[in-house]
Amino acid sequence: MNLFCVGLSHHTTNVETRECFAGNAETDCVLRQAGCAEALLLSTCNRVEVYVAAQMRVPTEKIARCLGRDTNNQTWEQMPAFYRYEGAECAQHLFRVAAGLDSMVVGETEIFGQAKKAYEAARKSGAAGPGLHRLFQRAFRVAKQVRTQTEITRGAVSVGSVAVDLAGKIFGDLAKCKVLVLGAGETSERTARALISRGISDLRVSNRSGERAENLAQLVGARAVPFQQWPEQCREIDILITSTSSDVPLLAKENLAPVLRERVDRPLFIIDIAVPRNADPEVNQLEDVYLYDIDSLRSIAEQSLVLRHQQIAAAEAIIAQHVTKFGESISGGLNSDTGPVEHPVSEAALPASEL
Amino acid sequence: MRGHALGRCPLTNLFEVFIFLAWSVALIYMLVGPVYRLSLMGAFTAPLVVLLQTFALLAPIDAPQTAKLPANPWLEFHASISLVAYGAFALAGIAGVMYLVQERQLKTHQLRSIFYYLPPLTDLFGAITRLLWCGFALYTLGLLSGFFVGQPLPTAQVICAIAVWLLYAAILQGRHLRRLAPRWVAALCIIGFSAALTLLWGITFTAQMAPR
Repeated sequence: MNLFCVGLSHHTTNVETRECFAGNAETDCVLRQAGCAEALLLSTCNRVEVYVAAQMRVPTEKIARCLGRDTNNQTWEQMPAFYRYEGAECAQHLFRVAAGLDSMVVGETEIFGQAKKAYEAARKSGAAGPGLHRLFQRAFRVAKQVRTQTEITRGAVSVGSVAVDLAGKIFGDLAKCKVLVLGAGETSERTARALISRGISDLRVSNRSGERAENLAQLVGARAVPFQQWPEQCREIDILITSTSSDVPLLAKENLAPVLRERVDRPLFIIDIAVPRNADPEVNQLEDVYLYDIDSLRSIAEQSLVLRHQQIAAAEAIIAQHVTKFGESISGGLNSDTGPVEHPVSEAALPASEL
Repeated sequence: MRGHALGRCPLTNLFEVFIFLAWSVALIYMLVGPVYRLSLMGAFTAPLVVLLQTFALLAPIDAPQTAKLPANPWLEFHASISLVAYGAFALAGIAGVMYLVQERQLKTHQLRSIFYYLPPLTDLFGAITRLLWCGFALYTLGLLSGFFVGQPLPTAQVICAIAVWLLYAAILQGRHLRRLAPRWVAALCIIGFSAALTLLWGITFTAQMAPR
């Protein structure tokens, strides 16, 4: 049985090219008609890949044409360069993909869920059989092992997610937090959206221009607060996001200290993403106040990214072990022409623990 | 086994007191850890338990009782409930250490690996407050029951015990009136437990040295 994968990824092509070869729900079936005993399509925003188990060699061009939307008029030379990994290389590639090593942001975990979904879809349609079942179950094991035994997924790598992570480490359950967004810029909107995605429901927006505040409030499902009232809001909010274009700091130690004395017993997390900064750095010296400006958030994101890159070698070592074990676990080895021919099995025939 | 051999609660010398305290810390952790989902607290609690047990086993403090002491329910209640209170104070101190580590990282923007494993600040502070109240209530009960043991109480021990009670009362009052920032409460929990442990040592040591 030949085990191989063919595909395009963010490393080799741009998004315009990839979207022309994104395949569709019928692709698995089309591929099986093209001579693939088993076929699984993994299509995400960063990659389009087909994993195949076949008794005979299926040319890359044939698979590429199954993926393309309108490739009948194109010659093979006109089509983008598809990569092809066979046998152990195919297993290694999938293990790297599932563990997030091949992702645009190293260590991201979304791809793991996408691979699981793709496998489930192929299993349900009957396109994935025992060959791909073994390969993907092993890939999921590898990804989990890499995640738990290395620090490849540690920390957030974007400013918005760093802010959300920090808020989580201060308040725990963010659903109960009250947030005030001061300034209605694009960065405020992005950070506010990141916080909403973590369950925040009490969101207020304040801006010098009331109209812009109203617009952003409507856009993100918040309520607008008149700009003159924002200092009073500091008595009850938990998180303050500032991004106004003010040339002088709006928040100083002297004017925040009296407000803090009146606050209910909770910390105040200030995310100052304005340049020039809206909060005087001395504000961070106040008890129970945690001030982060754009540079400190970026610095944490960069540290996380560096840490992730440092973990690549450890992750590759885990993957290499599993590639060897996977090769040994398949009777006759990978891509053995003499090995027994396996047919796709039904859902019921697969061990329950592996479903 | 020792309790069975003595025919009473095994709290007759420093060795037994330290072993009992280690078990009290473990007991309170098992009650508090799952409730507040402070699983990492175990990583901080285990070394303290090991330290207490190791000290008890290695130090020459297991002085055997020459005469069988008569059973005194009030004394046993006083000693055991006070030690469980110490267990709660120990856990509050451990949560205090965790709080200070996390708070320092958040203030200085220097996030180390442990940052990602430690619980959120508000959860830690909630646990500290409840542990303090729990320990304080038990300690008060232990202190009051001490007056019913039917034996003359050494003045120095009574003064020290009341001093520890006052220290914890002051921490709780300071927090209630919002005069103490959470950071100070966490630091005082560590100081309070260290003081309580020293007092415990003093009380048991003088009791052991006293002529019978």
